Amino acid sequence: MDAESLLLSLELASGSGQGLSPDRRASLLTSLLLVKRDYRYDRVLFWGRILGIVADYYIAQGLSEDQLAPRKTLYSLNCTDWSLLPPATEETMAQTAMVKGRFMGDPSHEYEHTEIQKVNEGEKIFEEEVVVQVKEETRLVSIIDQIDQAVAIIPRGALFKTPFGPSNVNRTFEGLSLSEAKKLSSYFHFREAIDLKNKTLLEKADLDPSLDFMDSLEHDIPKAGSWSIQMERGNALVVLRSLLWPGLTFYHAPRTKNYGYIYVGTGEKNLDLPFML
Amino acid sequence: MGDPPPPNPEAPSQQSSSRRGSQAQAQRRSWDPSQAQAFPEEVQQALLNQQRGSRGSRPSQELRASQTNLRWSQGGNLPEDENLPLYQAEEGIMGGVEYQPSSAGFPLQFQTRTYLDESGIPVEEQTTDLMQQLQHLQQLQQSQGGFFQQLESPVYQDPGANVLGQYSMYQTDDPQFMQNTEHGPYLRDDPALRFSPSEMGFMNFGMEMPEPQPRELAVQNAKAYLLQTSISCDLSLYEHLVNLLTKILNQRPEDPLSILESLNRTTQWEWFHPKMDTLRNDPEMQPTYEMAEKQKALFSRGGGGGGGGGEGEQEMEEEVVETAVPNIMEAAFYFEQAGVGLSSVESFRIFLALKQLVEQQPIHTCRFWGKILGLQRSYLVAEVEFREGEEEAEEEEVEELMEGGEVVEAHGEEEGEEDEEKAVDVIPKPTWKPPPAIPKEDSRTGANKYLYFVCNEPGRPWTRLPHVTPAQIVHARKIKKFFTGHLDAPVISYPPFPGNEANYLRAQIARISAATHISPLGFYQFGEEEGDEEEEGGAGRDSFEENPDFEGIPVLEMVDSLANWVHHMQHILPQGRCTWVNPLQKTEEEEELGEEEEKADEGIEEVEQEVGPPLLTPLSEDAEIMHLSPWTTRLSCTLCPQYSVAVVRSNLWPGAYTYASGKKFENLYIGWGHKYSPDNFNPALPAPIQQEYPSGPEITEMNDPTVEEEQALKAAQEQALAAAEEEEEDEEEDEDEDLED
Repeated sequence: MDAESLLLSLELASGSGQGLSPDRRASLLTSLLLVKRDYRYDRVLFWGRILGIVADYYIAQGLSEDQLAPRKTLYSLNCTDWSLLPPATEETMAQTAMVKGRFMGDPSHEYEHTEIQKVNEGEKIFEEEVVVQVKEETRLVSIIDQIDQAVAIIPRGALFKTPFGPSNVNRTFEGLSLSEAKKLSSYFHFREAIDLKNKTLLEKADLDPSLDFMDSLEHDIPKAGSWSIQMERGNALVVLRSLLWPGLTFYHAPRTKNYGYIYVGTGEKNLDLPFML
Repeated sequence: MGDPPPPNPEAPSQQSSSRRGSQAQAQRRSWDPSQAQAFPEEVQQALLNQQRGSRGSRPSQELRASQTNLRWSQGGNLPEDENLPLYQAEEGIMGGVEYQPSSAGFPLQFQTRTYLDESGIPVEEQTTDLMQQLQHLQQLQQSQGGFFQQLESPVYQDPGANVLGQYSMYQTDDPQFMQNTEHGPYLRDDPALRFSPSEMGFMNFGMEMPEPQPRELAVQNAKAYLLQTSISCDLSLYEHLVNLLTKILNQRPEDPLSILESLNRTTQWEWFHPKMDTLRNDPEMQPTYEMAEKQKALFSRGGGGGGGGGEGEQEMEEEVVETAVPNIMEAAFYFEQAGVGLSSVESFRIFLALKQLVEQQPIHTCRFWGKILGLQRSYLVAEVEFREGEEEAEEEEVEELMEGGEVVEAHGEEEGEEDEEKAVDVIPKPTWKPPPAIPKEDSRTGANKYLYFVCNEPGRPWTRLPHVTPAQIVHARKIKKFFTGHLDAPVISYPPFPGNEANYLRAQIARISAATHISPLGFYQFGEEEGDEEEEGGAGRDSFEENPDFEGIPVLEMVDSLANWVHHMQHILPQGRCTWVNPLQKTEEEEELGEEEEKADEGIEEVEQEVGPPLLTPLSEDAEIMHLSPWTTRLSCTLCPQYSVAVVRSNLWPGAYTYASGKKFENLYIGWGHKYSPDNFNPALPAPIQQEYPSGPEITEMNDPTVEEEQALKAAQEQALAAAEEEEEDEEEDEDEDLED
């Protein structure tokens, strides 16, 4: 959610039950403003909160002019001091794939797990058990990246792409209509398109290249199962909740410009999804 | 003002070539006054403006010059007095500011200044347009004055006036001219009211027709091109540009150049989607309005309670009666400190909905239990206790239905037995007997201690959830399913869940309550009557009461140690109940059915009694999840520990929260309704294959004899028969011999 409309956004996203206490809100408003100034971001999003055993992580993201450029991620333990996180690479993803369980809440905590690695010693190949240590910070980076790639969404029409390449915020976005708001196809993943090239020419003919340049939610696996769309407050608010990463809530008030998403959860993927539908 | 007019006709041509290709400028170009026919509306506006007031003079020189230049279609001299109305038009625009002819020299200076107004186009260009506009206006006016007054909705009412006023703005040095509200809204080019150009084709044949100059001809051609209607619709580029600029000038967005494409698209869209009639309701918003009506009903003062201000002293006195509805706003406030809970607006609506529930049902105590999220809708759950004796009526109805079913089944069995006796072959009866059903707990005890009502949204009616049976709890532990939001949805799972979503919801609520309802140590204490402990098989005491002497534990201590919190809901045993029941004890009914049951008794082993932790056990005794504590405690605000509340979060049931502050505490659950497990969910394996009836001689099929066998048998029989006859003959012979002797 945009840091500028933090209070309203938190109120609209409160249907999932998780929010922020007033002291956190107050400190966020101040500190995010300073972050924007210091790092020269165009927009600062409050991404959410990852619940740990000992402490919680508060995550924010900074965007530059081009909305689809890689975002910079910052974390804080007290909503006042923010630290920049390194960008996620494939190595970190591979390392953290083995780590399971809750976050501890201590960035320097190390997860240990043993791996069997093949070590070459001369001509013989030994299989040794190596204890690999993964820092919690690394894990945090990769989880945030996974969640962003998988379930960060925006409504159709909120961004538009200029012929020069960068995508900008669409200032004439007036919100989705009620009938559009209930369809999964009106929401896009907030990332570079992956499946768009695979569409048939017939489908592409109906698309508007300046608005439809991201993947829509229709083709998420499992189809018709990984999102829950609900209208709250008597049709005045549409809320999408991800079932794959429980804790991610996207809200949008139809016919207005208010939309945003927030993740408040344990940072674990729901691998039981196929059983639960 | 002498200088500007003559160069103006030439200046625009230079400037037009040097203009950027902005659409707006193209439009300006097309406003060339020489195109008299297409601007009836603007003229209309000018005429309207005339009526507003009078104005200072315009330089008559320029008008005359323009007359001679441009009098191609209308002809005729512009009389002096006609200049005045034009001047009046301007004054009307300016809101009464006097235009001094003596200040004619100003425009020269101002023209060189690149003054940018809000639309971002250098005003000096507008000035030249202004001049052309003036000329144009005068022409139209002189020829068809009365004609235009028939029109009622001029299109470019204000742009014309705007352009004029722009010019005079220099005189008054009022950069805020554009904000003058007397401009009024720019109206869209409505095709219904649009004047068809063909009607204007009549010219006064009696007038002179001067040769059109080449530049004007070019402009005329350009405009005719722009007026071409598009192939796919009735819209022409000209009209579209007109609409677009009207919209921009009406709305005055910041930096319109960067959003030009979007505005373009929006204007086109609006052309085809005009605003609906004011009398017709928007069909899309219908459900929203209905919901709003229902929620409005919540706010009305029903019998016995008020939602709004008092209406008199008597009513106020009636109000101050203790109601069963708890102080939800207070709990919401404390939970908000912890960062949990619904927004305060939603909490208030829930409060009103609970009040409505209390009015409808005979409720003794009531509590907001929490919210369970579902796929299509969510559930708001209220935990209530009925007053004594109230709920039994419904329970009896349910039991009667059950008994009716059993009687029918018994009849079926008896008939079956009769049929069996008649048959020659006795069908072997299966030895499998279903495991005895564990009886559900009575109301107000154990897992059924409270009654639960659910609704989807505040304002909708509350539905009562049925009591939970042990079988449902046992099955609920084995499956993990999302709630859809509809109470009658079937729960399709393996092992098959005995019930629909309402039962599954109730089972999960029971599990969550038993696992996560905690209170500060000392808040509840056991009653004074003791002694029956051993008779219940060590199940422990199951009743408690509030401790009137509870002093409250300091918040810091609550956070530090888990021993300061205790469970006050009974733990549910693996059997599915809170108090253990031996399933074998109920054999009275079974003995009546027959003798076969006795055989079955031999195979049953002794069932062990299940024991769970007793009531009021502290949290420190809870089992760990993978070396992690099942509870997390926090102080709500580290910056001000004096006023913060202690918050406990369950790691086993994510979404369960409890706060405690002084003597107050409350439990809440907001979540999906599932338990946390570090391992993936493993569905139950199908049951092992049941044993078939042991094959023995009585059920083994015999092979049919083959033809050879049959023949051999037949031959053997004949031989035996023949042998028997020979023997008889021999015997007869022997007898005969004996007789003869």
